Amino acid sequence: MVKFRLNGQEVVSQAQANQRLLDVLRQEFRITGVKCGCKEGECGACSVILDGQLVNSCLVALGSIEGSTVTTIEGYRETERFAALDKAYASVSAVQCGFCIPGMILASECILAKNPNPTEAEIRAGISGNLCRCTGYNAIVQAISIAAEEGKGLW
Amino acid sequence: MEAISKPVKKKDHDAKMSGRALYVDDHVLDDMLWGRLLHSAKAKARITSILLPQLPEGYYVVDKNDVPGINQVHIVQDDTPVFVEDTVEYVGDPILMVVGPELKQVERILKEIVVVYEELVPVLDMLKSDTVFFKYNYAKGDMEKALQEADRVFIETFQTGYQEQAYLETQGMLAYPHDGRMTVRGSLQCPYYVHGAVAKALGYEEKDVQVIQDVTGGGFGGKEAFPSILACQTAVAAKKANKPVKVIFERREDMEFTSKRHPSICTYKVAVKDGEITGMDIDVLFNSGAYTTLSPVVLQRGLICANGVYRLDNLRVVGRAVKTNTVPCGAYRGFGAPQTFFAVEMMMDHLAKEMGLDSLELKQKYMVKQGDATSTGGKYHFHVPLPEMIEQIDELTNYREKRRQYRNQTGRYRKGIGMSLFFHGCGFTGSGERDIIKAVVRIRKNPDETVEILASNSDIGQGLKTTFSKIVADTLGISLDRVLIENPDTDRVPDSGPTVASRSLMTVGGLLRRAAERLKDEWKAGEEQVIEEHFVEPDFVIPFSITEFKGDAYPTYSWSVNAIEVEVDTLTATTKILGAWGTFDVGVPVDLNIILGQMQGGFLQGIGYASMEEMNCNEQGMIRNNSLSDYIIPTALDVPNLVTKIINNPYTHGPYGAKGAGELPLVGAAPAYVEAMENALGVNLNKAPFTPEDTMRVLQGGLK
Repeated sequence: MVKFRLNGQEVVSQAQANQRLLDVLRQEFRITGVKCGCKEGECGACSVILDGQLVNSCLVALGSIEGSTVTTIEGYRETERFAALDKAYASVSAVQCGFCIPGMILASECILAKNPNPTEAEIRAGISGNLCRCTGYNAIVQAISIAAEEGKGLW
Repeated sequence: MEAISKPVKKKDHDAKMSGRALYVDDHVLDDMLWGRLLHSAKAKARITSILLPQLPEGYYVVDKNDVPGINQVHIVQDDTPVFVEDTVEYVGDPILMVVGPELKQVERILKEIVVVYEELVPVLDMLKSDTVFFKYNYAKGDMEKALQEADRVFIETFQTGYQEQAYLETQGMLAYPHDGRMTVRGSLQCPYYVHGAVAKALGYEEKDVQVIQDVTGGGFGGKEAFPSILACQTAVAAKKANKPVKVIFERREDMEFTSKRHPSICTYKVAVKDGEITGMDIDVLFNSGAYTTLSPVVLQRGLICANGVYRLDNLRVVGRAVKTNTVPCGAYRGFGAPQTFFAVEMMMDHLAKEMGLDSLELKQKYMVKQGDATSTGGKYHFHVPLPEMIEQIDELTNYREKRRQYRNQTGRYRKGIGMSLFFHGCGFTGSGERDIIKAVVRIRKNPDETVEILASNSDIGQGLKTTFSKIVADTLGISLDRVLIENPDTDRVPDSGPTVASRSLMTVGGLLRRAAERLKDEWKAGEEQVIEEHFVEPDFVIPFSITEFKGDAYPTYSWSVNAIEVEVDTLTATTKILGAWGTFDVGVPVDLNIILGQMQGGFLQGIGYASMEEMNCNEQGMIRNNSLSDYIIPTALDVPNLVTKIINNPYTHGPYGAKGAGELPLVGAAPAYVEAMENALGVNLNKAPFTPEDTMRVLQGGLK
């Protein structure tokens, strides 16, 4: 039994402590915004925010998060910051197949939370753990810049 | 910018952005079973026996004996088995599937199954293959005479490797039987390909099979034919268990056992007389892998592009796609063209050096223009914008000046720049559209004055829902939100052909434009109306004969020029990309953002193909680079911002002037990159990808 906060709610997982957080979120809690792309920490599709840090949930054992706070796209999409990113991503059509997007949005949040005025290089470094095969990254980098600019004060 | 090009918020943006979009793995049905395949561990063997453990209640093993219809997957030729018969032909050949309610149990059972093989000697090297699956040849002029009369004949061989599509969502399928029918849904590009294949494997009438495309996490060709195979296997399992069965590939399974770009070896023999190129004699060899899948059509496109964008009076092209006991290759964005464009562009670069010219100078001399004959005796019917594209890239990059500056460098860091000129033939090769596909679309106007698009083409990220809807909305003069478009479901949409070959927007979008024009004329307020349109070949096309390889292989071409600038660290052999520029003619963009996204995404895949995406087999025929840790695709840190320019060159027969777009940007990156590496290193290079290891080999051989 592991207790943690998931998208603002206290939850208790009945899964074994050695289970991947990714599997627990998708199977036990039916959180489908967390995507499975490789299960070995390479692609970033399963990114979640764990106590303020962007992590690959496939590399996190459930037992290690007792008392922690986990945010997935399902929680984050209710925020004002998400609304700013949403508008920015839409304005440059940065979403193609969409499979990397939940992770990419959480990565965008973590970049801006640490640095509300990132340079292009800082944005690129910040999303370098999140693979996107569709866009060539231009539009995503641009979207994060736009969100930083338009969402002044939010971060 | 034309009005239609003005970007809009994509139709699928909200669902994907918010994480609400459901991909196949997000669906869980009552009583659903999980399936996992047992793949062959041997490259070539006879299976003498299979020892199964005791199966718990509710678990099944599904194999060839369970295929109620024909144990073949319908692709082009039907040699791919649903499950293997008595022999295995590559490491990965599907032997059986285990299905059951708990995935962990399924995996445990799989591990306990013992397959006894009688090993046979596999053919792993395409040069040693004894089976030619497909051979085509064509010629123009008199190549023999050109060779005999030549002052000099240059012979070179070029190699390209596998490329893995590496879509972020792995292959996945869900099948469920109901009311005597079978529904299959999943991650796929071509609902009707899957539909035909499943009907054949199940022995069902077509009306008893339903295929639905789920939101698809990227395809790039990798979900053109392979989903037909997985769908047959999953449907057979669902039929046997009489329950829903879902199969989601692991990343390693996907990388090792699903189709990729064909590795190639191309040999060019070029005749030069009096300082003029008088002919090219070209031999193209593609490694098909163990089954034929899409190899004939991939090879055809490769051959048609073998002389690049150059006008040659004498040409002879011979191509073979051969069998090896390796993973079957298939469709990947570019579809045979990236291989031969790499070869011809490098050949021109090397010839230029021999002639004392810069490569661009030589290329410009032979570049085709409107009215010229194509390689197969068709015609470039429309404006060829290469001259202005070259100047645009030169202005952006200072290419000509840099080429000169970067010759004969010394020191640790050395720069280089390269340029490629290329096209992509829009739509199916030859007469496929007219004779085989015969696309049909419908639009339905509802009494509430909304209009629904009914077509079988899938939005796999390329923005088709949005571009299709823009065409219909703009033609009818109604707002975009009154145009409805769902993921295709074969129960509801006609067969408008597959989502391949850069055809969807140009060809199917064109049918939608016609349908919308008719609806506009016949519009009856408050009533339901259905309009149907069928493909008609444009009348200017010179009919293509596949037996003679003659005529217009494509109605029109999309054009592009790329330049890439690099800096090589000669101490570490690593290369930094300083800049990547591309200018693209895709007719008129139906949405500028979408087209820019396509160009940038394809360009980066091409840069990956050129520089880092290496995949090989070991001596047992196993793919060595079967994970994203070992097969490296570009991250945001590997490249600078890609500079992509779009030029307007309306295609009179495309909707709003649009022509093929999706594949073009991948085709020319490799020659531009490798030419830049040559410029930096001062040597001739003949392979792609050209990785840091390759650079190290050159450096250890000593720089000139």
